[in-house]
Amino acid sequence: MKGTHANLSKDFITGSDKTDWHNNALWFLRAKRDIQRDTIEDWEKLRSTAAAIKDHTLSRLPEYLQTFEENAVKNGMQVHWAWDDKELREITAKILKDNNARSVVKSKSMLTEECGLNPYLEQEGFEVVDTDLGERIVQLRKEHPSHIVVPAIHLKKEEVSDTFHEKMNTEKGNASPDYLASVAREALRKDFMKADAAITGVNFGVAEAGAVVVCTNEGNADMGVHSKKTVIHCMGMEKLVPGYDELAVFTRLLARSATGQPVTVFTSHYRKPRPETTEHIIIVNNKRTDIFADPEFRQAMRCIRCGACMNTCPVYRRSGGHSYHHTVPGPIGSVLAPFYGKEKNKDLPFASTLCGSCNNVCPVKIDLAGLLYRWRQKLTDETSSDMSKKIGMEVGSKILKSRKKYDLAGSVFRWVPKGLLQSGLNPWNVHLPDGRKGRVFPEVPKESFRQWYKKNQEDS
Amino acid sequence: MTVGLFVPCYIDQLYPKVGKDTLEILEKTGCNVVFLQDPLCCGQPMANSGYEKMTSGFEKPFLKALPEVDYLVTPSASCSYHLSHHLLKPLVSAEELAKVKELTEFLHDVAGIDKLKASFPHKVGLHLSCHGLRGLDLGTPSELKVPYYSKIEKVLSAVEGLDLVVPPKADECCGFGGSFAVFESAVSVKMGSDKMCGMAEAEVEYVAATDMSCLMHLEGVFRAGDSPMRVMHIAELLNSEE
Repeated sequence: MKGTHANLSKDFITGSDKTDWHNNALWFLRAKRDIQRDTIEDWEKLRSTAAAIKDHTLSRLPEYLQTFEENAVKNGMQVHWAWDDKELREITAKILKDNNARSVVKSKSMLTEECGLNPYLEQEGFEVVDTDLGERIVQLRKEHPSHIVVPAIHLKKEEVSDTFHEKMNTEKGNASPDYLASVAREALRKDFMKADAAITGVNFGVAEAGAVVVCTNEGNADMGVHSKKTVIHCMGMEKLVPGYDELAVFTRLLARSATGQPVTVFTSHYRKPRPETTEHIIIVNNKRTDIFADPEFRQAMRCIRCGACMNTCPVYRRSGGHSYHHTVPGPIGSVLAPFYGKEKNKDLPFASTLCGSCNNVCPVKIDLAGLLYRWRQKLTDETSSDMSKKIGMEVGSKILKSRKKYDLAGSVFRWVPKGLLQSGLNPWNVHLPDGRKGRVFPEVPKESFRQWYKKNQEDS
Repeated sequence: MTVGLFVPCYIDQLYPKVGKDTLEILEKTGCNVVFLQDPLCCGQPMANSGYEKMTSGFEKPFLKALPEVDYLVTPSASCSYHLSHHLLKPLVSAEELAKVKELTEFLHDVAGIDKLKASFPHKVGLHLSCHGLRGLDLGTPSELKVPYYSKIEKVLSAVEGLDLVVPPKADECCGFGGSFAVFESAVSVKMGSDKMCGMAEAEVEYVAATDMSCLMHLEGVFRAGDSPMRVMHIAELLNSEE
């Protein structure tokens, strides 16, 4: 099937020279994360604490959401509730229209990406500029982020240079990161000045204060929020923490896990609107209640979108984020994706070796490999089957359940000509695009252990 | 002490030497070893492919064997993990479940290595198989901040002359992953090939692991790439006399 992770990752690996570079770029983040981990004596305790705080908050989510809303309203914020992606889009557009805003600067938000906000607003005649540099790059290229923290990690600086040359008339062939960043910065400054409204994502909602917290490295959220009369914060309903004490646990974990920084350059707290400004918080569900309602998968709601599972994942690093064909890629993305379409995302929980490295880096200790394993069982039940795989598994399980059939199959196996086992008919054998062999089947020994054992016993 | 030896399907069919070496090692430690004829497979190939339900019935021979042995030992961390964390977990008490041991784990935690006499004067790179490391806690995974330990290295100290190397990224997955190896073959082979490069950089002659499944995949990649490196299960190392 075209468009599956297996095919898209194959294209990434065989159709480009990017795999090793991509792998190393992400491993660099994992290595930086390890260095930051070592600066905190109680790192593992911090992770357990974070998981416990999230579980607690989720167990009383309705209460905390109400507290959050009450406090936010007291602060002068306007709170809206969006049941799904469509409602988020419509509420956002209405706020903009009501405030006569035509152009918007937007800081990084995977939630608005998930809800398809940009294309909708553009279709409605608004101008939207993503102001996070990585997101701006993928926006100019009409692509989607390939990673939730470093959205343009799939692009080399030369590609960015070409895009900027085409869209912003930069010097052709000048791929100096300093040059490209300074041009983007200058262009974005103008966009900030021109825009009528600002939209941000939200990293944490603090229930006791009715405040939202946004973490950025570029200060772009602040540039929008501090200069616009209309401000909208889009927050997934799982982003809540009870209070500032709990928040501190997460600000210690987030940047360390994500990019190996002790903290993001900006950790901005937005509590009440400036004078003559309307500030809105849209609390979004979009299937989160489905995840919340499933006792097996509820722990996925702990996720703070740090991306550490992607950086460590040996499959993600080699296959690129777009091969996951879902807004959030990598291990956590593959856990979330089936909630947004089982049939179209049924391949994703299989795009993993279940090595468990993601579990160990996850700052909120989500059992990602365990959840992928659970999805595999559910999806083979609830979606259409790959018949050859299913039949193969059925035959295999019948053979492995019966000594007689197993012994017979073992003998037949030994009669299969070596040429056939080593041929392309055996799916184990892989040829690389350049024609060289990638992997071959083992030599089959003359006798099995069981046969040897039987003979050995008879001899003695 | 009676030890039931479970030789998993693919080791039985493709790597009988690993079964023989395991049997001999267990006998050397002074255990009364019973080769369990009836259990053929832990069910992992189907279960990891989403067909756990096809493995109902796989548990029967294990349930029959467990009460008759003090330990059920297998030279495969991933099979041992699947037995103790999936197939048998809902069916037997924690005490019975604790009888299921991977070979290294059994030697380290129970039998000891004093009676093992082995020598293998070669440079060997250790690949830390995921299920053994992260599933059975055979050592410290690189992601966690916990004091360093390695049951595998301790057990392999019984091998004289062994020049054991733990290269960088020793605990990165080899790319086998069961049916992943076939259905996601491009990523799988790329991961194996990167493992091959890492081991080659460490200039080892052999690559050893607790799991023959990882090694089957790596052997396939090594041979396809004409690498002179060879693979060895830790049971083969522990039973070598060179």
